[in-house]
Amino acid sequence: MEVIKLSGETKKMSGAAAIRLAIEEEMERDDSVFILGEDIGTYGGPFFVTKGLLEKFGAERVRETPISENAILGCAVGAAIAGMRPIAEIMFADFLTVCMEMIVNQAAKARYMYGAQISVPLTIRTPFGTGILGAAQHSQSFESWFMHVPGLKVVMPSNPADFKGLLKTSIQDDDPVIFFENKQCYFRSGEVPVDKNFTIPIGQARRFTEGDDITIVATGAMVQESINAATNLKEENIHCEVIDPRTLVPMDKKSILNSVEKTGKLLIVDEGCKTCSVSSEIAAMVAEEGFQYLKKNIIRLNTPDVPIPYSQSLEKNIVPNAKSIKDNVKKLI
Amino acid sequence: MNSSELPKELSPDELITIYKNMLLIREFEQRITKDAGKIKSPLVHTYIGEEAIAVGACAAINEDDYITSTHRGHGHFIAKGGDVNSLMAEIYGKVDGICKGRGGSMHVADFSKYMLGANGIVGAGPPLALGVALASKMRNEGKVVLTFFGDGAANQGMLHESMNLAAIWKLPVIFMLENNLYGWSSPSANTSAVKDLSLRAQGYGMKGITIDGNDIIAVYKTVKEAVEFARKGGGPTLIECKTYRWAGQTTMDADKYRSNEEKEEWKHKCPIEAFKTRLIRDELIDQVLIQEIKEKTVALINESVKISKKSPKPDPDTALDNVYKNPIEYGGN
Repeated sequence: MEVIKLSGETKKMSGAAAIRLAIEEEMERDDSVFILGEDIGTYGGPFFVTKGLLEKFGAERVRETPISENAILGCAVGAAIAGMRPIAEIMFADFLTVCMEMIVNQAAKARYMYGAQISVPLTIRTPFGTGILGAAQHSQSFESWFMHVPGLKVVMPSNPADFKGLLKTSIQDDDPVIFFENKQCYFRSGEVPVDKNFTIPIGQARRFTEGDDITIVATGAMVQESINAATNLKEENIHCEVIDPRTLVPMDKKSILNSVEKTGKLLIVDEGCKTCSVSSEIAAMVAEEGFQYLKKNIIRLNTPDVPIPYSQSLEKNIVPNAKSIKDNVKKLI
Repeated sequence: MNSSELPKELSPDELITIYKNMLLIREFEQRITKDAGKIKSPLVHTYIGEEAIAVGACAAINEDDYITSTHRGHGHFIAKGGDVNSLMAEIYGKVDGICKGRGGSMHVADFSKYMLGANGIVGAGPPLALGVALASKMRNEGKVVLTFFGDGAANQGMLHESMNLAAIWKLPVIFMLENNLYGWSSPSANTSAVKDLSLRAQGYGMKGITIDGNDIIAVYKTVKEAVEFARKGGGPTLIECKTYRWAGQTTMDADKYRSNEEKEEWKHKCPIEAFKTRLIRDELIDQVLIQEIKEKTVALINESVKISKKSPKPDPDTALDNVYKNPIEYGGN
C-alpha cells in the first residue's frame, strides 16, 4: 500500500466543498447524473453541501423532494435501472431506517435476482456521526449494517481529497454505492486535486502514517483522532501506522494484513457502536487470516452500545478520541 | 362483461390476440398449479381470474412502455410479451430461465420487453416506477409506466409516498390497483375503511377511478385514456380494477378461508368467458377457431414444460456470479 501522494495542482477546501465539487464535475461530465433529496436546492441541504447546484443545473437535475425517503430511494433505483445515474441524498443517515426496503431489497438485489439483465448505477449520500448535538436520532453510524447486504458497495472517506476522488468513482460505478459522509469531516479542510479526471479506486485503503509498533485502522472522524494520537505518541517513541480503509465493501484486506504482519499489533477505532461493527468485521478478518502475525490481542475501540446522548459531556465521554486511542495503544505496547 | 363498444382502433386480429393472451396466462397458471408438486416452491402465486387486467392494460400501451409487477407476476410477464419458455424455465429454477434460475416465480423480469420485474415485496413496484417514469420524462422519451399492485399494497406507506411524488412531479405513471378482494387470507374489507380504494387518489390530487377488472374492454379503454393523459404531461392516474383471485394465495395454499359460494360466484364472472362470448356475438371468432386457439395454447405450454425439464440446473459454482457488475473479490480484496 502506498502512502497516497497528491500530484498536480491542488486547492484547499472543506470536505463539504470537495463533495460539492465532485457532484458538480460529474453533472457537467454526464447528462445522466442528477441529484434528488430533501431541501437540497436553494437551502443547499442541512450542511450546505449542495449549495449552488440548483442555480447551476436547474430544478430538473437538482430535484427537491417531499419528506418521503422510500419515494426518494425508489425513484433513484428506478431511474438507475432505466439508465440514469442518480445521486440520492438522505438528509441524515438515521433516516436510512425509513427507506431500508429500497436499499436492501431492491437496489442491492435487482442485478442478481433478475439474472444480471441490469445493473443499478446509484449513489446514496448521507451524513453520519456525532458532534453536532444531534442526540439519539441524528448522530448514528450505520455503516456496518450495509456491509451485511451483498450487492452494495460501502464507501466512507475521511478527508476532502478522498471525498472528491471516491465520490466521483462512486457516481461512475455501475453498482449501487452507499457513500457515508462524516459530519466532522465536512468542516475540516485539506488540499484537493483540481484535476477533473482525479478519481480514487474503490477498494483501496490509505496509509496516513508509517510505523513499526502498532497498526491503527480507523474510519471517518476517527482517522484524524488516530493521526493526532500517533503524532503525540511519536514523541514517546511509539510509532503507529494509521490506516483508513476508505471503502468498507470491498475492504482492502491486503493492506491491513500487510501492516499487521509488520507491527504484530492491531487497534481498530470506529465511531459506530461496538456490537457487529466495522471494527468487529476487521477484527474477525485479521483473526481469521492474519492470526499468525498477532503478538497481542486485538482491541476494538468503539462508541459503546448505547443511544447517542444529547448533552456534550455525555457524548464526549463515549465517542473515541485521540486520548482514548493513545491509552489503548499503550495497553498493547 | 359490460356491453361497452369494442374499441374501434383494435383490428379483429388484435382482438383475437387479446383473447389468446388471456388464455395463455390461464393455461400457464393451470399447468403451474398442476405441477406444483414438481416445482416444489411454496411461493408461487397464480393470476387465474385476473387475466383481463394485465392483458387489457398492456394492450393499451406501446411495446417500449414499461411495467412493474408484483409477486403475482406471471400474467404481467406474458401480457407484456415475455417468452413463455423462459418464464416456465425460471419457475423450474433452470439455467434457461429468464433470470437464469436466480429469481424464481416472484422475480420474473424481461427487461428487453420493458417488463421490470415481479417483486417479492408488497408495494415495492410503485416507488421504482417513479424513477423509470422520471428517466423517461428527463430524456423526453414520452414513455409511460404501468405499475401493478394489489389491495394489500394499497395500505403500504411507500405506495402513498409514490402517489404523492408522482402527482407533484406529474410523472407518467399509471397506478394499476388490482383489487382481488384478499391479501392472502385477509379480506380487503378488513384492511381498508373505504370500499373503493380509488378514492385515495383524491388525497394526492390525481384522478382515481374504479372499474370492473374482469371487463377487458373497460380495462383497455380506461388505461388508454390514462396513458394519453400521462403522455401529454397530465401526470398519474389511479385505476382500481375490481377482480377476484380464483386460487389460494399460492399453489400450495389450501384456501379454506373463502366460501365455495363466493368462489363459484366469481367463476361465473370469468373474464375470458365473457370476452369470448362477446367475440362470438360480434362474429369475430367461431367454435372452430376457439378450439384451434385452445389446442395451440396447450401445445405451447406443454412445449415450455418440456424445455424447462430438459434445461440444466444452474452450475453450483456460479452461485456467487453477478452480485456486482464491476465485481469485487468475494468478501473484499
